[in-house]
Amino acid sequence: MVHKPLTLSVFTENHIGLLARVTAVFTRRNINIESLTVSESEIPGIHRFTIVVAIDHEKARLIALQLEKQIDVIKALVHDDEELVHRDLALYKVDITARLTPGWDTLLQKHQARVLEEQDRYLVLEKTGTQTETAALLHALAPYGVLEFVRSGRVALTRPMKRLTEFLQDLENTRRAAPTR
Amino acid sequence: MYQPDSDSSSSSPESSMSPPTVRGAEALIMSLLAEGVDTVFGYPGGAIMPVYDALYGFQDRLRHVLVRHEQGAVHSAQGYARVTRRPGVCIVTSGPAATNLVTGIADAMVDSTPLVCITGQVSSWLLGTDAFQETDVINVTAPVTKWNIQVTRAEDIPDAVARAFHIAATGRPGPVLLDITRDAQMGVMQFRHEKVTRIRSYAPMLRSTDESLAQAAELINAAERPMIIAGQGVVLSGAEQQLIAFAERVGAPVAWTLLGLDAFPTSHPQSVGMVGMHGRYGANVKSAQCDVLIGIGMRFDDRVTGNPKTYAAQAKIIHFELDPAEVNKIVKTAVPVVGDARDSLERIMPLLHKRTHAAWMEEFRECDRIEHQKVIQRDLYPECEGIRMGEVIRHLNDLTDGRAVVVTDVGQHQMVASRYTRYEDPHTSITSGGLGTMGFALPAAIGAAIAQPERTVVAVIGDGGFQMTLQELGTIMQENAAVKILILNNSFLGMVRQWQELFFERRYSNTEMINPDFIKLSEAYSVPARKVSERAELVDGLRAMIETPGAFLLEVVVEKETNVFPMVPSGASVADIRLEA
Repeated sequence: MVHKPLTLSVFTENHIGLLARVTAVFTRRNINIESLTVSESEIPGIHRFTIVVAIDHEKARLIALQLEKQIDVIKALVHDDEELVHRDLALYKVDITARLTPGWDTLLQKHQARVLEEQDRYLVLEKTGTQTETAALLHALAPYGVLEFVRSGRVALTRPMKRLTEFLQDLENTRRAAPTR
Repeated sequence: MYQPDSDSSSSSPESSMSPPTVRGAEALIMSLLAEGVDTVFGYPGGAIMPVYDALYGFQDRLRHVLVRHEQGAVHSAQGYARVTRRPGVCIVTSGPAATNLVTGIADAMVDSTPLVCITGQVSSWLLGTDAFQETDVINVTAPVTKWNIQVTRAEDIPDAVARAFHIAATGRPGPVLLDITRDAQMGVMQFRHEKVTRIRSYAPMLRSTDESLAQAAELINAAERPMIIAGQGVVLSGAEQQLIAFAERVGAPVAWTLLGLDAFPTSHPQSVGMVGMHGRYGANVKSAQCDVLIGIGMRFDDRVTGNPKTYAAQAKIIHFELDPAEVNKIVKTAVPVVGDARDSLERIMPLLHKRTHAAWMEEFRECDRIEHQKVIQRDLYPECEGIRMGEVIRHLNDLTDGRAVVVTDVGQHQMVASRYTRYEDPHTSITSGGLGTMGFALPAAIGAAIAQPERTVVAVIGDGGFQMTLQELGTIMQENAAVKILILNNSFLGMVRQWQELFFERRYSNTEMINPDFIKLSEAYSVPARKVSERAELVDGLRAMIETPGAFLLEVVVEKETNVFPMVPSGASVADIRLEA
């Protein structure tokens, strides 16, 4: 069964070895990670993983709980695409002769791509967009000869207005309310 | 590089004297002492030598138990932790020593046992060069540790130790590992140990919501056929008394999981025994007939549920559980009560009506009568010529009165011992449950005996499992660990043989064992030993084992081909439990 992609946003401390722990939660359950991006967040020292997987919601919910079990994970959220503003970045190396082809400028305009660099033999184009959009440009460039192609993992911000500081506060409140053993 | 966040809170007053300058290795020992450690289990080697040198200077304050194999160290630390409920500590070198720990770490992870494992590592400038005895221990152990860290600077050692103890012992306990490079052990630093009581990203203890308790109480008060299944979480949260009070208020039968054997007194009138694959007939069958199933500190393991799709499908399930990731993982719960078991049980009491369910209890007793007739009678009072495992346990109960620490290995003897051993005190049952680690019992019993020398510690082991870690007889000899070793010898890998008999057309592929002379072996290690082959000698032999001061090995030759019943065939529904082949 094919599932719609879900995005997990995982906020963590910045410690060595955590990447392996996060990915192991997926690999142990034989789940393929479609894309993975790690960057800093708005709070210094806290990193943000954006992970795209094609699994059902229930499985993703359990995965998020397993991720939160990792000591250095602060919060793991599961999102549908509707809850996200998300983009990929794609770079395309195209034969320089493409520039001379009729309709080239229109093509770039249509796909909202821009030229990053021009060399004797090739051009490098840049496009940000959804995976569908960056793939559409790749398809459109095929006749011109795509010499190299690379696409980043998804980066995504959430539409719901809960902020990272509030998740940290939640943890603090949980600790304060906890019974002692 | 290890970067502590700034959340350490000091529990010791600021000293006006400047902190002592020590090597990292000494700082490690001093930090262990500051965390209250009195005993460590270990084995020296190249990359941990500075720590062993430091240990030499602390012999009066820290006992080091020299094992015979690193697996022995980690299982001993587990046994220590399971009776004391404090983290067990083991110290070994890098490479093969570290990988020898992995089985025990995985065992501790799935059975929620607090451990602090310390491994030496090659010097930091050699990391990643395939240096002698270098293994990537952090990545090897990541999936089986609650937390792990590599320390490459002496000054980071105390904080790493403090974090390790905090993480291992709090919330749902588990194993942690510190991998300390040789240069960090040799480096000089100013010692200062502050306990860690708070980690920003970690909230280990949870308080259940009032709403969840109210919903649970409503279901429980309305229940006509309620049933309680207690797990190790009851023991981990120290909720044994609260469980008794709760059970008596609710009037429900109390069953337990393999790891919850000592969560509830066997002799309590509401006890109905173990659930699961080889659990009690009534406890299994009635879980398919109860209207409210109350799981407390247990995780609905597949050996408990059988087929999870049909498991307790008729019941509303209330799950008292500390770990949010366990809730709705296997079975769908009507009311999750996510929090510490003791706290939740205390807070739900005022909401509960006093009930009795005499007719429902009687249904369990009727099941007991059936089970007695078909299984228990011939297990405990056999009329066959050979000795059966069940009768050995019956006599052991008579001799120990349910007060001994009983450590079991894995296999038929484990199931028989778990079915028939009486447990009247908490912290008396130690077994390898989730991982099913053969070879666990002997070293785990050593750890328990060293932790609490005043108690009787009996290790019930099969002939197969004993031979997986029998080198630890050397540890028993050297450390005078008073372990009572009870080998139930059927000259088979009995549980596998049972499956071969029942499910593989009696094709006994590689399960028959030609065994050594266990008595001579034991005597070679100066452990007094006796072999019992006749029923008439059994009680005498057991008495000698219990009453002889110090360690003792008793080999009981039992019937070769008996099966453990009842049995829920793998993947079947618990209601389809079989009483005979």
